Amino acid sequence: MRLMQGTFSSLPDLTDAEIMAQIQYAVDRGWAVAVEFTDDPHPRNVLWEMWGLPMFGITDAAGAMLEVTACRQACPGHYVRVTAYDASLGRQTTALSFIVSRPAAEPGFRLDRLETSDRRVSYSLHAYAADRPSGERYGPGPE
Amino acid sequence: MSDPGQAAAQRGFAMPHPGDRAPERRPGEASSPGQAESPSGQAQPPVVPVLLAPGSMVDLDAEQRSLRIGEILDRLDAEFVGLAPVKTRVREIAALLLIDRLRQRCGLTSSRPSLHMCFTGSPGTGKTTIASQMGVLLAELGYLRKGQLVSVTRDDLVGQYVGHTAPKTKEVLKRAMGGVLFIDEAYYLYRPENERDYGQESIEILLQFMESHRADLVVILAGYADRMDTFFRSNPGMASRVAHHLDFPDFTLDELVHIADLILDREEYRLSAAARDAFREYVALRMTQPRFANARSMRNAIDRLRLRQAGRIVAAGGSIRVEDLVEISAADVRASRVFGDSTDAVTAAEPAS
Repeated sequence: MRLMQGTFSSLPDLTDAEIMAQIQYAVDRGWAVAVEFTDDPHPRNVLWEMWGLPMFGITDAAGAMLEVTACRQACPGHYVRVTAYDASLGRQTTALSFIVSRPAAEPGFRLDRLETSDRRVSYSLHAYAADRPSGERYGPGPE
Repeated sequence: MSDPGQAAAQRGFAMPHPGDRAPERRPGEASSPGQAESPSGQAQPPVVPVLLAPGSMVDLDAEQRSLRIGEILDRLDAEFVGLAPVKTRVREIAALLLIDRLRQRCGLTSSRPSLHMCFTGSPGTGKTTIASQMGVLLAELGYLRKGQLVSVTRDDLVGQYVGHTAPKTKEVLKRAMGGVLFIDEAYYLYRPENERDYGQESIEILLQFMESHRADLVVILAGYADRMDTFFRSNPGMASRVAHHLDFPDFTLDELVHIADLILDREEYRLSAAARDAFREYVALRMTQPRFANARSMRNAIDRLRLRQAGRIVAAGGSIRVEDLVEISAADVRASRVFGDSTDAVTAAEPAS
């Protein structure tokens, strides 16, 4: 099951040239671009691991693309996303976030029903990938 | 777990497409072969789709106009006094980029020329100024995407402890992508007297970047000629990767006076006729003295002229005309210690900066 989080997730995966163009758009607006990765696909997992610091002061997308490539190579079997933070007063939030790399196979989610008191049912999502320890969830991890 | 992309999973991680959707791309994409995916992540120059047939004629002048090459070079001529070798080289680079573009249109191979440069010359000959213009210039010629200048010295590249240098250097390189990385006094990067110095590490990263990201940035090293020579001798890899060695000649007397005129113009001052002659004498004398820093000395001299003019006007008191605020008199110039016998006085007044 294809994970759909962030902008462009309904589109086919972006090519590198398209990713560069999106990063350039963010950089041109003065947003700080950062690269993040995770192997926990749960939709409520919003704080991913940071790959280095956010890139303040770059003017060209090629610089950020280096980090994207480096993160992909270092973390195969992980989701990698690019976020762009808009620091302008009144916004101060993530302005753009999209997945740039994903594991080859995504097993998807299972719906858990938990019956609690008075026949009430609470639901939760469980990622099949999360059954395995972090780092080994999508095929063998980095050595 | 009913994913048709499972088959695609075996293809490896590098650039995954969702297996079920990969074959039919968006409608616009198939028709533009120029937008081929580049797995290296480097932007391709826009490819002109129509190839020129062999034997067809190309209007060189029209091409030149469309690239605004003439305009750019004229501006360089107008804004910078002297520097003939530098201007010649810029002209050659512009011509090469134009021809490369045409070759590309004819379907001939055109490899990207390496434009890493080394600027050597005495103090105040315009190395930093030209470097900042070079970024703008190369961006206008279409060689660089942005053309911003990132000016750094050893401090910005070399870390203070083990493992600090590489991230620091890479950070700087990332900022310089798409533009010019200007390393002032580059020879300080290499300190042979201390074998545990981290400068060498920084140089290695720079070298690797200069080779692998030729499309993304131009590195300009600057410094004084003799020390630059030593630097290149001890780092042969660096010497061979820097294709253009530009030597900035010292300015002649006429050029210096011209530069001073430009500075005065910009600051809205004017030399009186007598002051002009006196100033010419001043420059001729100053050139022979130690620690003469070409254009920088002109700037300093003008700052001192302004000081003396202000002192004279205020001391005189009373009411003055607007013209008096603009005009620098011969007396202001003649008051300089350069006209006296003591050369020590002037060197003390103007330490080489």
